[in-house]
Amino acid sequence: MLAHLNEIHVLFAAAVAFCVTVYVLADGFDLGVGILFLIAPREADRDLMMATVEPVWDGNETWLVMGGTLLLATFPAGYYVLLPAFYLPIIFMLFALIFRGIAFEFRLQTIEFRWVWDIAFSAGSIVATLCQGFVLGGLIGGVNVQDGMFAGGTFDFVTLLGLACGAGLLGGYALLGAGWLIWKTDGATQVFAREVAHAALILTAAMMALVSAWSAWSVPEVAARWFAWPNIAFLAPVPLVTIGVLTMIWRGIWTGGETRTFLGAIAVFLLGFLGLVISLFPYVVPRHVTVWDGIADPQALLFVGVGVAVILPIVLAYQAHAYWVFRGKARVHHGYGGEDHSTGSARQPAE
Amino acid sequence: MDPVALARAQFAFTIGYHILWPTLTIGLACFITLLSGLWWRTGRVLYRDLMQFWLKIFALAFGMGVITGVVISYEVGTNWAGFSRSVSNVIGPLFMYETLTAFFLEAGFIGIVLFGQGRVSRGAHFFACCMVSGGTLLSATWIIASNSFMQTPSGAVADAQGIFHTVSWWNVIFSPSFPYRLAHMVCASLITGAFVVAGVSAFHMWRRHYVEANRLAFSMAMWLALILVPLQIFIGDLHGRNTLEYQPTKLAAMEGLWDTTRGPAMTVIAWPDMQAAKNLYAIEIPHLASLYLTHSWDGEVQGLKAVPASERPNVPIVFFAFRIMVGIGLILLATAITGAVLRWRGRLYQTRWFQFLTMATTPLGFLAVLAGWTTTEAGRQPWVVYGQLRTADAVSPVTANAVTLSLVGFIVIYHLLLLSFLWFAGRVAIRGPRPSGPASGTGDREIERLHPGMDRASATLVGGPLVQPTVGAPLSPALSLDNPHGA
Repeated sequence: MLAHLNEIHVLFAAAVAFCVTVYVLADGFDLGVGILFLIAPREADRDLMMATVEPVWDGNETWLVMGGTLLLATFPAGYYVLLPAFYLPIIFMLFALIFRGIAFEFRLQTIEFRWVWDIAFSAGSIVATLCQGFVLGGLIGGVNVQDGMFAGGTFDFVTLLGLACGAGLLGGYALLGAGWLIWKTDGATQVFAREVAHAALILTAAMMALVSAWSAWSVPEVAARWFAWPNIAFLAPVPLVTIGVLTMIWRGIWTGGETRTFLGAIAVFLLGFLGLVISLFPYVVPRHVTVWDGIADPQALLFVGVGVAVILPIVLAYQAHAYWVFRGKARVHHGYGGEDHSTGSARQPAE
Repeated sequence: MDPVALARAQFAFTIGYHILWPTLTIGLACFITLLSGLWWRTGRVLYRDLMQFWLKIFALAFGMGVITGVVISYEVGTNWAGFSRSVSNVIGPLFMYETLTAFFLEAGFIGIVLFGQGRVSRGAHFFACCMVSGGTLLSATWIIASNSFMQTPSGAVADAQGIFHTVSWWNVIFSPSFPYRLAHMVCASLITGAFVVAGVSAFHMWRRHYVEANRLAFSMAMWLALILVPLQIFIGDLHGRNTLEYQPTKLAAMEGLWDTTRGPAMTVIAWPDMQAAKNLYAIEIPHLASLYLTHSWDGEVQGLKAVPASERPNVPIVFFAFRIMVGIGLILLATAITGAVLRWRGRLYQTRWFQFLTMATTPLGFLAVLAGWTTTEAGRQPWVVYGQLRTADAVSPVTANAVTLSLVGFIVIYHLLLLSFLWFAGRVAIRGPRPSGPASGTGDREIERLHPGMDRASATLVGGPLVQPTVGAPLSPALSLDNPHGA
């Protein structure tokens, strides 16, 4: 396989993988905040939780569009085979993202019906995450392709593996969200985030183990990747390091620095992503289309490559600047009459 | 139901719904940028008050645009896999550039535009406004380039498998209809925004609320309308002549012209009967179509019968959508000219019936945009890439039931959203702009009312907390009627 490693193809695959990774990490924590939203004990916590992600969620979600359009431009087969294959989970993810996205605007417009948008935000985050889990499960399990087009059924995506991936992503995003909240909040909200981080960590660890074992058992191609000699010698450290990082997060939730849980959760996601790459590379559409035969025209790649090389660093710079502008602990603005925001009765409705 | 028809219905619904928001946000972003720049250079509080009011409506519309836009970028794959497969080498990079240059730019600076006043300098706020409105225009540019390629393909060739390969990116992007379509759409967005601003300002002038600011906004909107509506009609004429050259079948459907004719009449109204291939109940003006299409008395215009029935679009849809668009254009032109006459006579702000008229024109821009897109998209059928790829070959291998389910979901969810938007944005619009007084800082209150939670970052940047709003500040419209500006 290594013999025909064509750098350009791998470079573009890496660019797509980079966008997907940034999306998962960036939208992961704000989806995670949504997952934890209704569990938070006080309305004041919810106000603060939303305030931590409000300035950045739009930029985060743009990476989802970037990943999709870059896939279309560089590995079109991945786009036009996988999207119909995961029709329902993707459509329902979009429905869910609609609700959680507009909740940012509409929730602040109302007092008496704020609970409606609380539910919309949280349920939207949870459903979007579960849908992404089904897509991930379907990717590992493989899709039915004939004559270069998707040839399976509408409900092929419904698998136990997908459900386990969904649960794992729920845990993982919740862990990222909790880590983000530990970093960006203090007081009672931070205590809540520390408490809930334990549960999220247990769910993440359990589902990572389950998904790994399940895919090794039910998908022979993945098992062959992992357990063939000498691969196993190189790959064995991946699960071991993952266990180490999970343990480190567990021990540091209360006592470690405020960024430790967040950074640890990012490391867990990167390790999980590495495991996925090892299982699936070089496939764009698992076991059907590789990065070599699924790539776009050279003239399309040249045009795209110039843009990505020149503009993407600028984008990363001003996105980093946006995070910098909103650095430090988040605060809910006492914008409804100067009273403490937890005493809802003192607030004037935002007409 | 036929899967192709279902997929078309779904895409028409979701993209028709989506286009409302970019139309509004392109127009309002430019207006807000202008206000931010004027506030920066002149320091007139009126400009800031207007900006803060319109930012609230802009924020809601921008949110709607983002969430409905994300849907489109995935729907192209979920529902139109055949299209994606054929044109990915051409359209894919254009979509990617839209995300890279426009969506990220908007997302990166929208935070500063919405929450950044009092935290960054006026000049920096103006810069952020420029970035956001520049982003909306760039987004329009890339997506219109993609659409224009589908209408008048150039710069790419299809191979035996039906896969398009780009030969010249310049020709792909600058396809024959691109400049006209882009100018037509941007102008439409600005006009729509102008009539929204005029209508809302007229409402507040009518109830004598903060008259000074609303007169200013009304005046700016009517100047813009007076310049842009005639310009739009001129661009529309150029666009139509471009369509005559490159998409003669679409143009024949727009005109309701069945036979290739020298010196064709203009059909004012008729019922185009597709079975009989003729117009029923037609009212015609001789030679007029020849005059505006070919700019000559006896120019030849190709009719629908020049192509087989299987290559004709649905004529009544195109025919009536085109008339709705043109009709609205004429109403807006009459409104703009009436405004100019009243201004010349010094009665622009006092004429009550004109205030009602402009209130009534508020939604017309949106209807014209929907009708215009219906004309050009339905008129392209049965092709998705004109003359090269049939819509029927462009759909995804997904079941009709799955598409039906998602279509019903979109219809229900989008209508709920539209009602919520109209409710919330309507309340903001009815409340109107509020005088903030000369003291700096207090004017940011309105923004923070919409977006609490931003004070921490502001505290770190400006070195102290923002001014706390006063308890019991006049929030209700009734209370503010007696403000000093309201005379």
